[in-house]
Amino acid sequence: MGLTFAEKLLASKVGRETVQPGQIVEVTPDVAMSHDNAGLVIRQFKQIGVKRVWDPSKIVIPLDHRVPAESTKTANAHKSIREFVKEQGISDFYDIREGVCHQVLVEKGHVLPGMLALGTDSHTTSYGCVGAFGTGIGATEMAAVWATGKIWLRVPESIRVDLRGRFQRMVFPKDFILFLVGRLGAEGANYCSVEFHGPSMADIGVPGRFTMCNLSMEMGAKNAVVPVDAVTIQFLKGLGFTTGKAFLPDPDAQYVRRESFDISELVPQIACPHAVDNVKSVDKVEGIRIDQAVLGSCTNGRIEDLREAASVIEGKKIHPDVRMLVVPASRSVLLEGIKTGVITTLLEAGCVLVNPGCGPCLGAHEGILADGEVCIASTNRNFKGRMGGAGSEVYLASPATVAASALKGRITDPRKVA
Amino acid sequence: MKPTTGRVWVLGDNVDTDVIYPGRYLPIIVSEEMALHALEGIDPEFPKKLKPGDIIVAGTNFGCGSSREQAATCLKAAGVAAIVAGSYSRIFFRNALNQGLALVESKECRKHVKDGVAITIDFGKGRILVPDGEISFEPLPAFLMQILEDGGLIEHTKKKIAAK
Repeated sequence: MGLTFAEKLLASKVGRETVQPGQIVEVTPDVAMSHDNAGLVIRQFKQIGVKRVWDPSKIVIPLDHRVPAESTKTANAHKSIREFVKEQGISDFYDIREGVCHQVLVEKGHVLPGMLALGTDSHTTSYGCVGAFGTGIGATEMAAVWATGKIWLRVPESIRVDLRGRFQRMVFPKDFILFLVGRLGAEGANYCSVEFHGPSMADIGVPGRFTMCNLSMEMGAKNAVVPVDAVTIQFLKGLGFTTGKAFLPDPDAQYVRRESFDISELVPQIACPHAVDNVKSVDKVEGIRIDQAVLGSCTNGRIEDLREAASVIEGKKIHPDVRMLVVPASRSVLLEGIKTGVITTLLEAGCVLVNPGCGPCLGAHEGILADGEVCIASTNRNFKGRMGGAGSEVYLASPATVAASALKGRITDPRKVA
Repeated sequence: MKPTTGRVWVLGDNVDTDVIYPGRYLPIIVSEEMALHALEGIDPEFPKKLKPGDIIVAGTNFGCGSSREQAATCLKAAGVAAIVAGSYSRIFFRNALNQGLALVESKECRKHVKDGVAITIDFGKGRILVPDGEISFEPLPAFLMQILEDGGLIEHTKKKIAAK
């Protein structure tokens, strides 16, 4: 009987031919990522009492959530992290200048096909965009991994999603994954491995796959993946990385659920306050006034996303009552944006440039909302109060929809303005 | 694990970790300080209302969203003795057990309780004594009960290392 991606990868990690959903396996990750919360992991690690981490070459730490430090608590956490990585010989440490953890891990080749990646961040599911198994864990769990090199995992059931057709103009992978989260619901993929298949995938590059695997977390997915194909190989080779090991799900693999969509019919989607699965087509929410627009995050902060937004507002000025924040996901994205003129376009239209990092996404700093304000964002969560401000509201959308809305001062279908 | 009796707080479905522990408090890494903000996103007065021994009874997908461990730690530090929810988001599930916070999975319980009533959970027998009778639940697998009984993952890991 055929195996799913998760079954193949996990079986391989424990040296078996096969594993079953529900089975508990003990595995060693190929890469273990933490960000600013490494401060808490370090604190927990010291309580375990083991002197040295199991393998410093497997640990990657980018600082991204609150960069530069917004408080002495954060500054002290950053300091403790800098000291710890030196002491332990963890060389893959990225200080505040590099960008969002998931973006950095993919850009720098820390995650490759066939790897098992753990991260103290729920959007670790993103690494499925390069055929890796990425899943989020908490700080104490990671401390135990640092100490022992091992973690128990339950082999997940799998859900297969097939896409056929091509996106219309101004409709993007973000719109598809919002639609899917709305369709399956906040726990529709709970504990499951989500696989994306179908002829449409050949037209969706790694950046768009990143978005889809990233937002799969919002339907409860344990991990999400786009099986390795020519697109993945070309992406990795283009960056000079090796191509790892491709675990390809068998055609007769068993799935608990299968969904199939014709994406040529899809229109821009919006997740409405205060749940990511509260998804509606843009026509249902057009006209709602906004105060802030955010373009950025691990979900949609790549050069493709900045370009998408720039194409909508090029040569125009955003609405005077809107603050549009552009937060490139990494230093590399920012540099490319500068070199290609995309950043200039965005700045000339009236956007505010924020240094690469997580910033406003989680209401850490850099763009907190006032009471009662409304924001449209290319980010991944819109829970009550997440971006600050009592009674504030966050709508989630694609970069194009965010830009179109910033232009008009109201939620706007990008197909109508670009 | 000994049975526990506590006063109930009823919450809904999809209680996310942003409302359990708002993002502005993430720089806090001391448990006692985290407790001061437990469930603050739902009700700013909640931290003051919670008393040691209280039990949260919630709907489905409890703890969804961000992997922030503080969401589990703040509840444990505030003295919450157990959570009974219809289902859990997987990261929160692991984080809670790792903090030694007992979890029960039951869709039935919420129908039998309201704020302020007392219930008793027998973890070993898989039974909850509610005001109008008794309901049963599937106990956690032995290896997870062991983490709880050891007081969380840190103690559990120390034990495992010492045993080698």
